[in-house]
Amino acid sequence: MRRFILLALLLLASAAIFVACSDEEPEPTATPAPAPIQASGGGLPDDLLAVANARGLTPQDIRAALKTYVPSGKMDEYYLFSSGGQSGNVVVIGVPSMRILKNIAVFTPEAWQGYGYGEVGTEAVLDAGNVDDVKIRMGDTHHPALSETAGEYDGQFLFINDKASARVAVIDLRDFETKQIVKDPNLISNHGSSFVPPNTEYVIQTSQYATPLGWEYAPISEYKEKYRGLITMFKFDREKGRIDMDKSFSIEIPPYWQDLCDAGKLVSEGWAFCNSFNSEMATGGIESGNPPFEAGVSQRDTDYLHIFNWKKAAEVAEQPGKTEVINGIRVIRIPTAVEEGILYLAPEPKSPHGVDVTPDGKYLTVAGKLDPHVTIYAFDKIMQAIEAKNWTTDEFGIPVLDFDAVMLTQVELGLGPLHTQYDDKGNAYTSLFLDSAVAKWSLGGDDPAGYKLLEKLPVQYNIGHISAAEGDTVSPDGQYLVALNKWAVDRFLPVGPLKPQNEQLLDISGDTMSVLYDMPMGIGEPHYAQMIKADKIKAWEVYPQVGWDPLTQAPSEFAVKPGEERIERDGNNVTIYMTSVRSHLTPEHVTLKQGDNVTWHITNIETAPDATHGFDIGGQNISLSIEPGETATFQFVAQNSGTYAYYCTEFCSALHLEMMGYMMVAPEEAN
Amino acid sequence: MSSELEKIVGPRIPADELKAHRMRYIIPTLLFVAAAVLLIISIQRPWWRLKLNAPQYPAGLYVTAYVNRMTGDVAEIDGLNHYIGMRPLAEAAVLEQSISVFGIVALAMLILAAAFVHNKWAALLTLPALLLPIFFLADLQFWLANFGLNLDPNAALSSSVDPFIPPVLWRGEIAQFSTVPRLLSGFWLSLWASGLILVGLYFHRRAYKPLVEASQHKSGSSEA
Repeated sequence: MRRFILLALLLLASAAIFVACSDEEPEPTATPAPAPIQASGGGLPDDLLAVANARGLTPQDIRAALKTYVPSGKMDEYYLFSSGGQSGNVVVIGVPSMRILKNIAVFTPEAWQGYGYGEVGTEAVLDAGNVDDVKIRMGDTHHPALSETAGEYDGQFLFINDKASARVAVIDLRDFETKQIVKDPNLISNHGSSFVPPNTEYVIQTSQYATPLGWEYAPISEYKEKYRGLITMFKFDREKGRIDMDKSFSIEIPPYWQDLCDAGKLVSEGWAFCNSFNSEMATGGIESGNPPFEAGVSQRDTDYLHIFNWKKAAEVAEQPGKTEVINGIRVIRIPTAVEEGILYLAPEPKSPHGVDVTPDGKYLTVAGKLDPHVTIYAFDKIMQAIEAKNWTTDEFGIPVLDFDAVMLTQVELGLGPLHTQYDDKGNAYTSLFLDSAVAKWSLGGDDPAGYKLLEKLPVQYNIGHISAAEGDTVSPDGQYLVALNKWAVDRFLPVGPLKPQNEQLLDISGDTMSVLYDMPMGIGEPHYAQMIKADKIKAWEVYPQVGWDPLTQAPSEFAVKPGEERIERDGNNVTIYMTSVRSHLTPEHVTLKQGDNVTWHITNIETAPDATHGFDIGGQNISLSIEPGETATFQFVAQNSGTYAYYCTEFCSALHLEMMGYMMVAPEEAN
Repeated sequence: MSSELEKIVGPRIPADELKAHRMRYIIPTLLFVAAAVLLIISIQRPWWRLKLNAPQYPAGLYVTAYVNRMTGDVAEIDGLNHYIGMRPLAEAAVLEQSISVFGIVALAMLILAAAFVHNKWAALLTLPALLLPIFFLADLQFWLANFGLNLDPNAALSSSVDPFIPPVLWRGEIAQFSTVPRLLSGFWLSLWASGLILVGLYFHRRAYKPLVEASQHKSGSSEA
């Protein structure tokens, strides 16, 4: 008996110790190595099989590799133009290889491209985006928009917005360089931008955070009275490749914090649609005990889909007395917009995110964000409701169409639906942020029962926008879809706390979706991207003629021919006309006096593709990229005397190191 | 010892009886002491852990409950919970957490006291410790339900997430999260303590019931 008790106690004690030791979570078990792939008749050759097995690849991995690998010397099928977020840039990526092809500097100086480091053309582009007298050298690029003709990407221009300061930039896709930045004179932040109508008559921008027009001072207590949003229609002159501010105009809208937008196409061409998420007109103030914005803007069950007739607005803007010029731009005020039938609202489940028009232009998909549904609106129902005046009005007197009259159906997809793209088989794809998944669902035309969730594919992780091949045009290609995931978490080798984003390539060509490739995006935080068939881009190999000014896309008056290099002095003003060619800069000696105002033109007289020369002078914060045929100019004051080396920064030839010269600045007292 | 006191704490063991059957009386005492020790150890041990799985948290999120505190990814979980309008975890079971250490020490003292009480009242003294594991689970489930059912209707995701009760012992689902609870050593120690108390009470009854009956018989005959 005694022994039995002692034994029992011992057992109890050891059991207690055992459970005490097992509080730690078990180490995550490594993914078991896949079973070796066995050769089958007609399968992989033995040596390839050995590689696959040595690397632990599954048949699915091999399939993905075969679908994405672009062999040396071969080209990708698509270009993906991705915003770089607060990097202020646009990143160009080849699909399906997901290789980065170029990082186009837009709102932020970038030394490799010689953008914003002294070159006068690029400095002028950047300075046009200054706000009041503040030099702005950052941008928060969000939504690229490729120029369109008849609702198809035409591959000529790319537009991109800067959310931070309400600016829009124009990139010319002949040389992939930024040509223009325009600043909205009345807005300080945008979001529903950039987007274009099917023939790119305008580049459209809508406000995000409402402020008094022209960001004048007004206390937050005057929010309803003074704070406003705007739709700005930047007139695009395709011939010049520029936005024409004189022909641009804005439409005043309520301070509802407009979100994403899309332009109608085909039947709905002439109209455009924007979501909003603060119809509550919440003004925050968490520090004073008020509901924070995140709660305040989420109170009402519905916000407003903004529906506007931009074609009508363009006509009205030309009529006398219908607009008010505010800070140099014509603005159609809300009462005029209502009176002229330009602006309507329709309820939408609260705080949605994307609104995306179907390829046939007949339906709009509004993604719920806080609501697990997408809501489908029918354009013809919207038109009927407008015709029948089936509306109430909001407190600004804007017609609010009856929800049930304009809504066709709702499809429950999952948690956090954000953005929708389309394929060539009548399907739609919606990103689900909270679920970290892409939902594939069918479009049903006028039949509400035809709208059905088909499949959900997990992606890694926290997906934002998606971009399907030409997925927002009148004829999407299907085939590929890129998930722009906000978090990578554990997908890549660790590189410190700031992790790359994960751009994931999905195969959507078959009945079921699959992930093909994880691409780390370590140079920016993309929002939206657009994917265009590669053969639509007609990029120049070299500039059309030697002595080209990329800013005007015309021959430069400062071009220098070989043999005509010179230094001209006019008092303190010195102008240098230089050429660069493998492997010398002419002249190689530049003698200046301290205090000289120097204007320095360099023409790269090369005509061979890729024979780019860079240019840098030590101690001057100058960086140029002079591509074959280009004439570049920089200016500076020689404020310090000394001897400086200038050289070609782009490794151009075997004698690249010899491609240099001396700039000698004589001190003032020696003059 | 006065007979009044013996009415409460039971009869004392006659010296010759103790000498004759020492083990009989030591066993219940040993078991009670062991139970008390296990309970004291449990204060320092984690009792319960909830793992939250979601796609964007491939390693999961954890919150670990001790009797007097919660540790783990509390800040991150609170941050997520605010989207559905759940109160911060620090507001849960404040009273329980604040008195838990003192309370468990008190329960252990009561068990030890039971070793000196040689009648049925010993069972009453050990009862709180005996029921502690059940109380812990019931209280935890109460707070989980209290938190899951009282969501701020003004929260951003209130239209996507209905009030819910996270289960204390089995897997639950909420939004994109699955919740996987796990009982840890603190709880198991308290359960073992309860087991030892039960066994101890059996041996206690076996040892002292004859003494109690003998003393009742004696006092009964003396009154007669």
